[in-house]
Order: sequence, then structure tokens, then C-alpha cells
Amino acid sequence: MYKKDFSNRKYFVIGLFVLIVILFVVRLYYLQVVNNKYKLSARNIALRTVTEYPARGRIYDRNNNLLVYNDAVYDLMVIPRQVKKIDTLKFCQLLGITPAIFKKQMKKAKHYSYYKPSIFLKQLSKKDKGPIGELMYEFPGFYFQTRLLRHYPKPIAAHLLGSVGEVNNRDLKKDSYYKQGDYIGKSGIEKFYEKELRGKKGSSIVEVDVHNRVIDKFQGGRFDTLAIPGEDIKLSLDSRLQSFGQKLMRNKIGSIVAIEPATGEILAMITSPSYNPNLLVGRKRSANYVKLLHDSLKPLMNRAVIGTYPPGSTFKLVNALIALQNKVITPNTSFTCQGPDSKPIACSHYHISPLKLEDAIALSCNSYFWKTYKKILNNPHFKNSHEAYADWYKKVSSFGFGHRFKTDIPFERAGNIPSENYFNHLYRGSWNALTIRSLSIGQGEILVTPVQLANLSAILANRGYYITPHFLIHASRSDSLSVKVNKKYNVDVENPNYYKTVIDAMEKVFDNKEGTARFYFMKDITQAGKTGTVQNPHGKDHSIFIAFAPVDHPRIAIAVVVENAGFGSTWAAPIASLMIEKYLTGHIKRKALEKRIEDGDLIHNK
Amino acid sequence: MVTRKSIIGKPDMLLIILYLFLVGFGWFSIFSASAQDSGVSLFDFSQRYGKQLVWIALSLFLAFSVLLIDSKFFSTYAYLFYGLMIIVLIGVLLFGSTVAGSRSWFQFGGFAIQPAEFAKFATALALAKYLDSRNTDLRKFNSKFWVAVIIFLPSALILLQNDTGSALVYFAFFLVLFREGLSGWFIFLGFLFGLLFILTIVFGELYITAILIAIVTLMLLFRKKIRKNWKPVIAGLIITIGFIFTVHFAFHKVLEPHQRVRIQVLLGLKKDPLGAGYNVNQSKIAIGSGGFTGKGYFKGMLTRNHFVPEQSTDFIFSTIGEERGFIGSTVLILAFLALLIRIIILAERQRSAFARIYGYGVASILFFHFAINIAMTVGFAPVVGIPLPFFSYGGSSLWAFTILLFIFVKQDASRLSVL
Ligand SMILES: [Zn+2]
Repeated sequence: MYKKDFSNRKYFVIGLFVLIVILFVVRLYYLQVVNNKYKLSARNIALRTVTEYPARGRIYDRNNNLLVYNDAVYDLMVIPRQVKKIDTLKFCQLLGITPAIFKKQMKKAKHYSYYKPSIFLKQLSKKDKGPIGELMYEFPGFYFQTRLLRHYPKPIAAHLLGSVGEVNNRDLKKDSYYKQGDYIGKSGIEKFYEKELRGKKGSSIVEVDVHNRVIDKFQGGRFDTLAIPGEDIKLSLDSRLQSFGQKLMRNKIGSIVAIEPATGEILAMITSPSYNPNLLVGRKRSANYVKLLHDSLKPLMNRAVIGTYPPGSTFKLVNALIALQNKVITPNTSFTCQGPDSKPIACSHYHISPLKLEDAIALSCNSYFWKTYKKILNNPHFKNSHEAYADWYKKVSSFGFGHRFKTDIPFERAGNIPSENYFNHLYRGSWNALTIRSLSIGQGEILVTPVQLANLSAILANRGYYITPHFLIHASRSDSLSVKVNKKYNVDVENPNYYKTVIDAMEKVFDNKEGTARFYFMKDITQAGKTGTVQNPHGKDHSIFIAFAPVDHPRIAIAVVVENAGFGSTWAAPIASLMIEKYLTGHIKRKALEKRIEDGDLIHNK
Repeated sequence: MVTRKSIIGKPDMLLIILYLFLVGFGWFSIFSASAQDSGVSLFDFSQRYGKQLVWIALSLFLAFSVLLIDSKFFSTYAYLFYGLMIIVLIGVLLFGSTVAGSRSWFQFGGFAIQPAEFAKFATALALAKYLDSRNTDLRKFNSKFWVAVIIFLPSALILLQNDTGSALVYFAFFLVLFREGLSGWFIFLGFLFGLLFILTIVFGELYITAILIAIVTLMLLFRKKIRKNWKPVIAGLIITIGFIFTVHFAFHKVLEPHQRVRIQVLLGLKKDPLGAGYNVNQSKIAIGSGGFTGKGYFKGMLTRNHFVPEQSTDFIFSTIGEERGFIGSTVLILAFLALLIRIIILAERQRSAFARIYGYGVASILFFHFAINIAMTVGFAPVVGIPLPFFSYGGSSLWAFTILLFIFVKQDASRLSVL
């Protein structure tokens, strides 16, 4: 070996070691201290936020009967990466699906993610889940995830309860609380009380391993929040009365609204035709929805609040009260009538003439109310009939007509009371009582909803005021809520004597031998009512009836509208009377009448 | 009668302490990486941490045994060791079993051994013995040739076993040759060809060849001095172009697709976060998420939940990075640096050239493993699957490194007896 000394080269070697080490330390400093990207990535990789969904609040009726509760269904989830050598045929058999569906769903899941769970089959019932439930260990990569769906023990009140469905983009934008796939109240009470019913989602952060298996709570659950269950809500609805009403309205088009006059609580709101609320839940929701949407009878439409009708003769009560208040007539004022030959408005029938107010109401004399209306508009107290009209308009509005109650009633329409300006435009300023005479008998431009009619009935029952009609009695944790929907309004006609005259007349509708509802008189329950028949240019007249009972201490005020049913006395009046009997006594004595109404079919055999 | 103390001599305590520190630190990291939360028992030999405990015990026994053997034994029988090792390597090729694509294991029942690991110290011994011999002169071609044979014969056999990482380790011996007088030009040329290798892969062989020819032509045209010496310049050019095409050929035809992709990912030519880049990416995230002080022992979210592949073997460093943070990682790296420098210092104080050269061999091999392994986990080098000495899980590598180191400790301990 040659002897030249190269020992100085050790410095080069050591230098190389030191250089590499410095390089590593700098690199580590960058990775671990300077750059935050990796810390975030690590959290994304190894931590999962698991949302804890609270149970949605249940809904009860006024007697604490369940209307809506939650039912567990099961989503079958799959993580494609973990699916190993399973007996596909057996799997399909247990689930009752074809291998083609299996292939399709598997492909979909793989397309979404190989590592993340996706839904393989949606919303299986306990029954569907049964056969495979205990054999899940044979199918690695699959597992069940529980979801809660709304369930309705009785198939009633679908429209007003509303439905729950997955959030859409608009919901997501409006409220950051919601995440894709969450459920939200889509309509009705479910929508109005969404905040109370939904509760508050909780979340926990868990550590998962590379197979997405949950290993542990992250940092002992320090960042977790508990889910707060939704509030239970008690509604004013009487589910027995509601289902009875739905039964009576079978095969008829129309609606019933019943209100407790003292509180404004809605006891029943029936629209017909209706549908089973359970149809709009779960897997078949959208298919059923489309079917209902295209039904020619429009079962999705809640006629009790969006059906608008001219009030017909029931409106005579309002005009009578305003006329008395304005002192243009007294209870003793009498007018003559020539029956169907009367001008300018014909009366519907011949009767004794002249009549005083009470009999005119009971016999529903058109001539009497035309003459009364003329007096209202030609009242010398006002400068001219336009000013008198404006006063009338204001008083009519005070009865709750022409605007929404803005409580928890879903989708109400305002109806219409034509304003002074409307006629000024229509008739270029020159109009008088004669021009708008049909308003005297509740025809023409006036449109009201059944719920407004029921409210009119409640005003009469209360002799001069109403509490806004509403559904909520209370929510389990926020009592103050009900105050919002519970406003008292005094009507512009306040003298109880005026009401007495009108109500006496309404009693005669039942107990007078010529009263239009005399067949529905009950010995033990006093009833006050008024028929209305609304001309329908498209077919048979609509039948309307409003009533309340008992007369002295009213507990129920009701309005019934039956479309294309002819005279109010044939269908609407008996339905109202049966509802009253059912609510006040709990059972029906008039079995024959009940049967006639139930069996009546106004849709299929006209 | 000689006392045991005099048999062992005076081993360098600092080296032994550093060795024990690294082995201990390594075991705790394997424990964290492989222990499940439920039912941890230190002596559960079905688990990696339990097995590693056995390997460590055997290593200490081996270390002690090596210290008891006469220091001359290793220099005397260096070629014998080497020859036996070559036979074993060939034997593995013929009779070995394949694990993870490499035919590099001998299976004895439930227990496997990887001869390639042991070939390193045998080669280091043989190289030291050859360079120490009177007739060797690194300036002469003959010596260079035999040195190349000693180094690359085992390397080639290991490459045939499809264990690229272990084969590359043998390049570490260039550091030894450099210390022993090999011209610095070789290092420089090595660096230059390394650069050409990368440029060829990144830009393609034709571009690089065209640019080289253009540069040489311009120099020949405008520089009289170079024009006079045109023969070696042209020869150099031809060799370089030959190299470029060899690289191109080797890269596209010889390398396995997965190896090719690893290099491409490293050079940024390919993004493949779920394939070849997956390991490195997960490892970087695990290390990066450790922060300054780390998440704490047994708190490594990624490494404990199996997000980093090979976490107790080649990627053990990611566990340290995540759980011990910047401070722990730096302590580990500095411990390695201390070990390496200590070996160099001790090597330089040897009276016998054999012991010095062997010492350099030990340092070079440890350094290569350390540098490539850490570089791989932090994304500086392609994934070439070589263990971190004393740290990574595995009996063969731990024993081989222990023997490698302790033969040197023994040489040093008895250096005063060498005349
Ligand atoms: Zn009349």
C-alpha cells in the first residue's frame, strides 16, 4: 500500500455527515414547525366528525294523542374497499334484490369513493332488515345505519302537519345549520315549527384507522357536543274530531274548519280529498308526491286555507251587524220582498212579506239585504257613498276578511274584499250601491277562505271579538311561542244587542219550522247557524254553512264548504251539525244522518 | 490466565451508549407503532414489539460474543467470511423464499433470515483486508478492478434477488475508497453522472445528447486549447452519450414499473398520491403533524392507526416524527450524527490500516442507510426500502448492524495490542 497520508479527507467525510444532518433538520423544521398544511391533512385523514342527529320532536293533539312520531329505518351502508369475498347470491336473496341491482349499487359506491361509506340501500324497514341483520358478520364492508323517519299513527291532517324531507340548495344557503342530507320541515307545522322540532345536532370527533374504523373519541371527547332532542309540540287539533270530519268528507270536495271560539284554537281542519301523510315519508316519497301532484282532484291542495269562495248568504250576517252598528236599520226595520220577481236582486223563494231583520236572516231574504246594503252606502252620515263604502270596507276587514291571520296556519290565502280604489279603477270613479249590489248578498268580488268563515262563526259566538285562529298550544321548552299566535282582535261592531238579534235569527235556522237547517235540530244541544249557497259558474253550486254551539256558552264554531253540492242545507249544514254533536258529546246519536253523509258521493256519480 | 476484561479490551463506552440508546428508542417506537390498545403484554411474541424484544436480547448476546473473540480473528478470516457470504447469496437465489417480491430470505420454520444484511459486514471486512494489503495501490487499474469486484459482486447478487435498496448500499463504500486515496475526480464524476441521470429522466435522452453535442462543438470551434486535445474530449463525449442512453434504457427497460414510478414521483414528473406517492405522502403528513413537541408517546394518530404503510420497518421514523415532534426527531438525528462522527474519530486513531478502513466501512454503511431512510420518509429520496439501522423492526437487520458495529468496537478496544 502506498503511504501518502489522506487523513485530512476525514474532514470531508465528517463535513458530508454534518451537511446531510443539517439538511434533514431544516427539512424537519419546515415540515413540522413552519408548514401547517400537514397538520390539517393529518386531521382530515385520521379524524371524522360524526354528526349525532337528535330525534325530531313529536307532535300531539289537544288530548295528548300522538299525531307524529319518529320511526327507525335502516340505511345499508357499504365501504367498497372492505368488501371481501362475500356470497353475493346469498346477500341478494337475504335483501330481496337482484344481482343486477347489487352490481349497479356497488358500482355507484365505488364511483363515489373506495374508502368512504356510501348508501347501498336506502331506508329499509325493520322487517326488510330482519333476515340479513344477524348475518352481517358474513358480509364485511357492509353495515346498517339507523335513521329516523316521521310516522303518523292515524292517516289524518296531512296538509297542516306537513312533511319532512331532505334539504335542498335553497335551505342550505339560507341557514348554515343544515348540511347536505339533513332533514328539514318542508311544509305545514313541520316547517313553521322547524326550529323547535329539529332540536340541535350534536357532533363528536372520532379517530379512525386506515380502514375507516372508529378507534376512539378524539382527545377523550373534549370537542364533542351533545345532540339536543327536538321539542315536543302540542297542537289544538282534536284528532277524533279531525278523523270524524275526514270520514264525513269522503268522496266530497271541500273543507271543514272548527275553532274553539274562546281561544282561537283550531279543533279540526279538514280538506277533501286528502291523502295519507305516511305516503310522503321515506323511499317512496317523491314517487308518491308526483302521483298526488298530477291527481286531477288536487289532493295536495289544502282547500281550508287556499280555497277561496264567495261567502254567499253567510255574509248577510256581517252586513246586518254593520247596518245595525251604523244605525241605518234597527232590529225592527222591515222590508218587502217579491220573491224571485224582486228587483234588482231576485230572492231565492217566495215567503211572507214584509220581514223584520231576524226573519230576513232566518229566511235568507235577498231583497232585505239589498235594501239594507243600499242604506249602508247611502248613509247621510258620510259625504258620499264612496266614503260610506270605505267605512264598510274597514268594518268588514275587522272581521278578519281580506287578509291573512299570519299565525301558524300553513299557506293561507288572504281572500279578497274589494277596496274603494278597486271600484274607482273598474268603473272610472262612477259607481254606487246599485253597481256593486252583489256584495249585499256575499257574491261578486268578495272571496273568503273556509278558515275565515270559521273565524266569522267564532266572532258571532264570542259576540264581537276573535282570537287569531292557530294550532299551537305549547312547545315543550318554549312556552312564550304561543303568545305570538294568540292575538285578540275586537271587531268594529261591539254592541252585544246587535249580536243577540243576529244570533237569535241563526238559532231559528235550526228551530224554526221554515229554518233551512231545521232537519238538523238537536234537543239537547243549542245550535246557531247560517246557510250559504254560492253560485258556481262551472257547475253545481257550492254549499256553505257556518255554525256554533252551544249558543249560550259556545265551545265550537265551525264552517263547512262542500263544492258542487247544491243548497247549503243538503250537505254543508248536516256535516256542521254532526261535527258539533261529535265534539260536544263524543258520539253520534243520529246514525242514519251520519250514514247518509258518509255514503254520499259527490265526486263519482254526479 | 487472562481476565475477561483483558480479553474484551477497553471498548468505547460512548459508542456502546449510543448503540443502546438507538436500540432502546427504536424498540419504544416499534411498541407504539405495533401495539393495539387492547391487551398489551410486553412478552406477547405474536406481536412485533414482543418479537423485537427477543431480537434485541439476541443482539446483545451477539455483541458480547463479538467482543469476546480475538480481534485478529476478523482480519485473518475476512476473505473466508466474504467467500462464505457469496456462496450464501447464491444459495438464496437458488433456494430462498420470496417475501414482498424479493427472493432474499432463508426460511427456518417460522423464522426467516435475510443474508443480504450480513453480506455488508463481510464485504467491509474483505475490502479492509484488500486495501490493507501491501500490493494494493488505488492509483493502479489492477487494484481498482479488484476493489470493484469485491464491492459489486455481492451488490449484483442482491440486485438479482430483486432487493434494489440493499444493492445500492454498496455504493457507500466509495466513501471508504475516497478516504483511502481514490481520486476526488471519481466523486466528482459520480456526482456529474448522477446529475446527468436525473436530467436524462426529466428531459429525455435526445435533448440532453443534443445539448451536449452542441456544447462540445462550440468549444471545439472557439477554443484552440481544447481543439488541440480533441481526442480525449471526443472520447469523453462518446462515453457520456453512451451513459445517457444506458440510463434511458435502464430506466425504461430494466427497472420494474413500480421502481420507475417511484423515481418519477420523486422528481415531480408524476402525481400519484394513492399509488407510489402514497407512502411518502402519508409519512410526510404524519411527520409534519407532529409539530414542535410531538403529539406524545402512544398518541400518534396516523402512525398508530396504520395510515403510514411499513410503519414499524422502513417508515419507523414517521412514528418518531409524529409522536416526538421536531425535538424528538432532531435528537434522533443528532444521535446518529454523534455515532457516525465517533466512529470516524475512532477509526482515525487506529494503528492498523485494516481497523481504520473497516471503521470507515461501518460509518459509510450506517450513513448510507440513515441518509436514504430519513430522506425517503421526508420526501427527499425515492422509496427504496432500506431499514433505519438499530431502529427498524426486524431481526436480520438488527443483528447484522450489531455485528457490523461491534466488530469495529472490538478492533478499537484492542487497538493497543496491535503492533
Ligand atoms: Zn225575500
